[in-house]
Amino acid sequence: MLPPFKPAQAIELTIREDYGRILASLVKSVGDLQLAEDVLQDAIEAALGNWQQHGLPNSPAAWLIQTARRKAIDRFRRDATWAKLKPELTYLTELENSQQTVDESEEIPDKRLELIFTCCHPALDQKTQIALTLRTLGGLTTDEIARAFLDKPSAMAQRLVRAKKKISLAGIPYEVPASDILPERLETVLSVIYFIFNEGYAASSGNQVTRGDLSDEAIRLARITVQLLPERAEVTGLLALMLLHDSRRKARQNKKGELTALQFQDRKLWDQSKILEGTTLIKQALKKQQIGPYQLQASISALHAEAKNWEHTDWPQINALYELLYRMHPSAVVRINQSIAMSYATSIKAAIDLLKQVKASTQINDYQPWYVAMADLLDRDGKRDESIPLLEKAIELTDNDAEKQFLQKKLG
Amino acid sequence: MQYIALIYSAANSGPQPGTPEFGGYIQKYQEFTAEAQKAGVFVAGDALQSTDTATTVTLENGKLETTDGPFAETKEQLGGYYLLDCKDLDEAISYAAKIPTAKHGRIEVRPVMVFDQ
Repeated sequence: MLPPFKPAQAIELTIREDYGRILASLVKSVGDLQLAEDVLQDAIEAALGNWQQHGLPNSPAAWLIQTARRKAIDRFRRDATWAKLKPELTYLTELENSQQTVDESEEIPDKRLELIFTCCHPALDQKTQIALTLRTLGGLTTDEIARAFLDKPSAMAQRLVRAKKKISLAGIPYEVPASDILPERLETVLSVIYFIFNEGYAASSGNQVTRGDLSDEAIRLARITVQLLPERAEVTGLLALMLLHDSRRKARQNKKGELTALQFQDRKLWDQSKILEGTTLIKQALKKQQIGPYQLQASISALHAEAKNWEHTDWPQINALYELLYRMHPSAVVRINQSIAMSYATSIKAAIDLLKQVKASTQINDYQPWYVAMADLLDRDGKRDESIPLLEKAIELTDNDAEKQFLQKKLG
Repeated sequence: MQYIALIYSAANSGPQPGTPEFGGYIQKYQEFTAEAQKAGVFVAGDALQSTDTATTVTLENGKLETTDGPFAETKEQLGGYYLLDCKDLDEAISYAAKIPTAKHGRIEVRPVMVFDQ
């Protein structure tokens, strides 16, 4: 027997799956993000009563969109503050008159790409870009987003309201950017998605190493973006990179919640389906011959995933990929990661020299990963006494409890 | 939508009057203005005399107070503005980036408030 029908569950399911799509379509037709959110909320409330009485419509998403549009027309007529949206009212009214009933087979036009670019507009600060993307495309509640940022819900709510006001008043467009500015805009979008992933993967503070929901959300957002921009190899590269990182989720933490470095992970715990998907995707992306930093990092991650164990890793190729990455994106982080590969591919001494160069040429006095890497190399080079003070400094600079424990263990 | 582009720069940054570069700098401004006019984006635009000439006025308890100098003593000062009519913020930003002072100063772009009838 079928379980009893519960409209609340059906609504929740539709919202989880389709929130971004429904909202994006509404923003396009009502012309304002805040208004679209408000009328969608009205429609969701109406659905609870209506679906209880009449059963679930064939297309819950289409039903919600049409109801929300009607709510928007009501608001336009009632409230003079929407006077500037007259063209939208005309459009909505025409739309309403042309289809008397909800067309069950109505294709919901996919406007999520437009919405991503609006949320990640460079006129908004990064934290706002991230919060808006999670709210509008991810369908996360303000409380959930506040928790992810360790912010007060009221502060997060205020940030979102302010952002939506700026989008409306400053005329931030709801469009896919023109081709001449698309590459840099896309870079912002990808960095927002990757930031969300990393917040989930390694919380920068607090005692939880993995806030998996955020990682899943970032992967979902990347999948949508790949689907909408299949020709941009870096988008596919980012999705591959996140899947490959995420394949090690279970192996990164032991039962006590302690962090385990790649070198010491139990490779049997790696998620093979994610590895397969990630490696397949990165191979597809590389064929497009639009090399970029996400594809390079995904390639490095894929080489780790394919290695039988730490010793049998293809270190020369990883070292070469880091060199290429450094040339595209010169940064201390890349050099620090490269030093590990170099210590196996070339020699420990060469790697130590590389790290010394990094310290001499950049301002990274308090950069924790540098101390971790240098301490490790010195230790392997038989200079335990030199490595200990660096390890102590690294521990001092670590906020994450699990990582602190991991380093403490090394100190012995 | 109308946007104001407020042009800020430090007093002695950029090409200075009396130097060979200054003529080219002024010419670039003329070219920018012509381009904005031709595109139908230009509404208004002016350069301002230096902040040495500024007088700041306030009414304190109904009494007129004047101060010699600008409202805020900051390194970067308002030197001029353009009022532009653009499709959206992206277009306004693309014009702001073409204002010659953007190379050594900063342009603040703000939408003009529209009051409902």
